[in-house]
Amino acid sequence: MTTANPTVTADPTRTLDLPRPTRPAGALTTALGVARRTVLRNIRNPQVFVLGMVQGAMFLLIFRYVFGGAITTNGIRYVDFLVPGFVGTGVLFAGMTSSIGAAEDLKEGFFDRLRSLPVPRIAIVSGRVVADTILATIGLTVTTVVGFAMGFRTSAPLGSLLLAVALCVFAAFAFTWMFVLLGIMAGNPQAAQGIGILVFPLTFVSSAFVPVESMPGWMQAFASNQPLTMIVNATRAFTLGDVDAVRVLGHPASYFAVRSLFWCALFIVVFAPLAARRYQRG
Amino acid sequence: MPPILEARGLTKRFKTTQALAGLDLTADRGQVTAILGPNGAGKTTFIRMVATLLLPDEGTLTVAGIDAIKEPDKVRRAIGLAGQSAAVEGAMSGRENLVLVGRLFGHDTRQAKASAEVVLDLLDLTESADRLVRTYSGGMRRKLDLGASLVGAPELLLLDEPTTGLDPRSRNDLWDAIRSLVAAGTDVLLTTQYLDEADQLAARIAIIDQGKVIAEGTPDELKSKAGNDVVEVHVADASELDRAIAALAPLGCERPRVDRPTRSIAVPVERGSAQLLEAVRLLDGLNLAVSDIGLRRATLDEVFLALTGRPAESEPDPEADGSATTDKRRRSRRAAA
Repeated sequence: MTTANPTVTADPTRTLDLPRPTRPAGALTTALGVARRTVLRNIRNPQVFVLGMVQGAMFLLIFRYVFGGAITTNGIRYVDFLVPGFVGTGVLFAGMTSSIGAAEDLKEGFFDRLRSLPVPRIAIVSGRVVADTILATIGLTVTTVVGFAMGFRTSAPLGSLLLAVALCVFAAFAFTWMFVLLGIMAGNPQAAQGIGILVFPLTFVSSAFVPVESMPGWMQAFASNQPLTMIVNATRAFTLGDVDAVRVLGHPASYFAVRSLFWCALFIVVFAPLAARRYQRG
Repeated sequence: MPPILEARGLTKRFKTTQALAGLDLTADRGQVTAILGPNGAGKTTFIRMVATLLLPDEGTLTVAGIDAIKEPDKVRRAIGLAGQSAAVEGAMSGRENLVLVGRLFGHDTRQAKASAEVVLDLLDLTESADRLVRTYSGGMRRKLDLGASLVGAPELLLLDEPTTGLDPRSRNDLWDAIRSLVAAGTDVLLTTQYLDEADQLAARIAIIDQGKVIAEGTPDELKSKAGNDVVEVHVADASELDRAIAALAPLGCERPRVDRPTRSIAVPVERGSAQLLEAVRLLDGLNLAVSDIGLRRATLDEVFLALTGRPAESEPDPEADGSATTDKRRRSRRAAA
């Protein structure tokens, strides 16, 4: 009852008829390939993607109509205060999604596959970040449209509005480096959910939904100086115009924009090398 | 030509776990080499090293003659990796997945498409090529993952537990796919905790335990090295099992191994066929009905037991280095259930 042993050895008459690439993919090809896949992964899961949008719109409605009446905003309408704040916080919530996405890539072996390929290491994480920035931009576009539908109005010139959008997109790009790093460190999507612990205080203890003057003094010290407040206030100041901005927020748009850019630069300088390092060999 | 893989004295420590403890292995070209061992033996650590995802603490490693420690980029051009989890994108079609990986291997778009076509055809996936991968069965996903590791025409294919968690039919299907690759001239290094998988696919098997190769050879060599022949009896009536064990035990050179659910008794013997005849006479004399009786070589399961003194698949998994660890643990638990 000896079992046959159907071992296969090479048959010289057949070869796998595939050419071997002459040189490996460059950084741009790699980053774009990874980015395209990551964007498709999100927009081809419409349940999740659309649900995220609907959830965002719902929160906007709740703040506008449930809390809004109880919040006074130095003489401007609450909806005009809220919508730029909401667009700004979208950067952080998109960041949470990218943490979870990065953790999924790690767990599902996608990063291992990429790292076993002859592609530049930095391009792998860059592709992920580019994709997350694109997704965040889609998100903030939707929020803006919903905001206008809910009565948000601005008399700011187009140039200022474009600056506001550009700042939010750049902030999304800068913050994503940190969130991708945190996602990889978390190791799995469930743990990456826990990054909400970081996102929620940053979101709520900021000027995004209420004027910071209404908070207790010790909290104001944090709330008025943290990065999200700078980004939110810059966005808000761009839409209000400098006269209203100084009256409501205390400073013109340039004040907040410069500080936002400083924070963004800091995030990139600190977290991009750390994230890239995570893609080297262990 | 240098061997496709040569590892000397590889060690790797993760915190408190010695994952590799001086692993030596040479894999020749033109064949499948299987790394066989229980969970936690160091299989995944080793294959991740070959795939340039991990650096060893000590030792040397060459892949296709290239130093994997000093020139990882060159090694990456020579290998294709298919991991434990099928790392294909569910929200893209099978074809899109292969074209993406083909582009990353360095093909231009036209060549990436052509290579994807060849691979789809080879793996019999052409019909499903334009469906999103999330509609694929587990077996199809694994096949596509295997395909993704092929589009760059690697010299050495690395398969980390390619069929773990698959149903028997998908397993056979994937085995066929791997066989046709080997027949087409791709060298394969695979890890497995399934003894029959190594037996089915590999020309050479290295059994590893606690981070070291403890035995190495062809399946037949390993079986004869560690195994006495076995007289295997399936008793027709479960109530007579104990009577049969008592009768057969004196024949064996070791204690008989009994598997009650299948009513089978395996008696390791030293003088093969003579003792098979003796067993037949004994059972006949007792008027004991058997549904099957025969003499066979030791299985790799028995080889593992003989080499290590413990069964092959009951180890915890201290290999906390990789991403798929918890997943693997869950899967092996399911397999054990």
